[in-house]
Amino acid sequence: MVAIVDYGVGNLFSLKSSFSYIGEEVVVTSDPETIRNADRVILPGVGAFGDAADKLFGSGLAQLLIDLANEGKPILGICLGMQLLFEKSYEYGEHKGLGLIKGSIKPIADKVSSDYKIPHIGWNALKFTEKKSPLFKYINEGDCVYFVHSFYGADCEASLIATAEYGFDVTAAVSSGNVYGTQFHPEKSGEVGMKILKAFCEI
Amino acid sequence: MITKRIIPCLDVKDGRVVKGVNFLGLADVSSPTKLAKFYSDNGADELVFYDITASAEGRALFTDILCEVASTIFIPLTVGGGINSVDDFDRVLKCGADKVSVNSGAIRNPDLINAAAQKYGDQCVVLSVDAKRVDGTYHVFAKGGREDTGMDAIEWIKRGQSMGAGEIVLNSIDTDGVKNGFDLEMLGAVCEIATVPVIASGGAGNIDHFTELFNTLPKVDAGLAASIFHFGEVDIHDLKKDLDSSGIIVRL
Repeated sequence: MVAIVDYGVGNLFSLKSSFSYIGEEVVVTSDPETIRNADRVILPGVGAFGDAADKLFGSGLAQLLIDLANEGKPILGICLGMQLLFEKSYEYGEHKGLGLIKGSIKPIADKVSSDYKIPHIGWNALKFTEKKSPLFKYINEGDCVYFVHSFYGADCEASLIATAEYGFDVTAAVSSGNVYGTQFHPEKSGEVGMKILKAFCEI
Repeated sequence: MITKRIIPCLDVKDGRVVKGVNFLGLADVSSPTKLAKFYSDNGADELVFYDITASAEGRALFTDILCEVASTIFIPLTVGGGINSVDDFDRVLKCGADKVSVNSGAIRNPDLINAAAQKYGDQCVVLSVDAKRVDGTYHVFAKGGREDTGMDAIEWIKRGQSMGAGEIVLNSIDTDGVKNGFDLEMLGAVCEIATVPVIASGGAGNIDHFTELFNTLPKVDAGLAASIFHFGEVDIHDLKKDLDSSGIIVRL
């Protein structure tokens, strides 16, 4: 069973539907026992990093996720959920993240000229790093996925598994052991996205 | 590189797609779910559902349909029509919409843009503008293009952006329905001041019009159309192959 962590951030309808679509049993929950008992955990999120981090740490879910990550449970952070896996974020101030992925979250605006519109929104092609991640076993380099974000994962070379070109190589996905993160939304990336979620469910 | 997006728009009334959809080989062409699936399978990058229902029953039916579409189609969905309050945003976002487009509701109450952007993020708020030439300037029209508000379209778009609109749909009333090509002049004026993605609407009649659009105005991010897709005059796969061979980056 897949547990989607509900900590009061964003709309989880499509995410839940996408796991049902690929035939996975899925639950949206904030209950620590349910999350602990799940085979896999999804950390979703849209909105501001600071607000989301406060909710995760305030509810105790942050520590639970850190513990589960250390115990080897497969965890996938999506969009802001990926960013929350990092050590810290510089989105409107400085905020502490879960520290499961080495690196920090910085504004795209600092990296690109004003010709590039922000947020980075739309379909963009994936470029894999040297060793193909098991997350991508059903898809090919160059396949497009859907992005919506204004901040990006920086200084995370050791964990980088895919990038997308938007004035520079934007972090598209990361992994460290059993912890995975995608900046893009697999649940909005059509068949390619479903194949990524399916691959995650087989990890 | 980010790809140029092709977006079909579907008008929904009382839970059914209206305004003429005609596909060979598709039995129930007024089922929003079947059409959404068809478009998704055929390369649409995003779908817009426009609720043209007037009654409360129709509105409830629309959200049911939206939930059904969002359970089977996994590409971005934008919803417009009858969005007048933050509660309306909430109603459609809960059913799986990713973006909400405001038009007359924002003209009546511009603070709606602000309030929604603060609650759901800029990326969620699409400002849809129906504009028409009046005395050498572009005026914003309300109520589906029937009423001249007297507002300058360029100024309105600037204001919308500053209040948190994350995307602009520009529909030129002058070219809408004429099928003679997009309104490149009006779109060009909007691109000059746009800091967020611009979606062109109104006037597409064939594949070449899209090539012309993206070649002439590289700052336009997407092309939106309805009837030419619905009546099979333009097949999205063919369109994207043509764009690709013209060097325009698309998702194939």
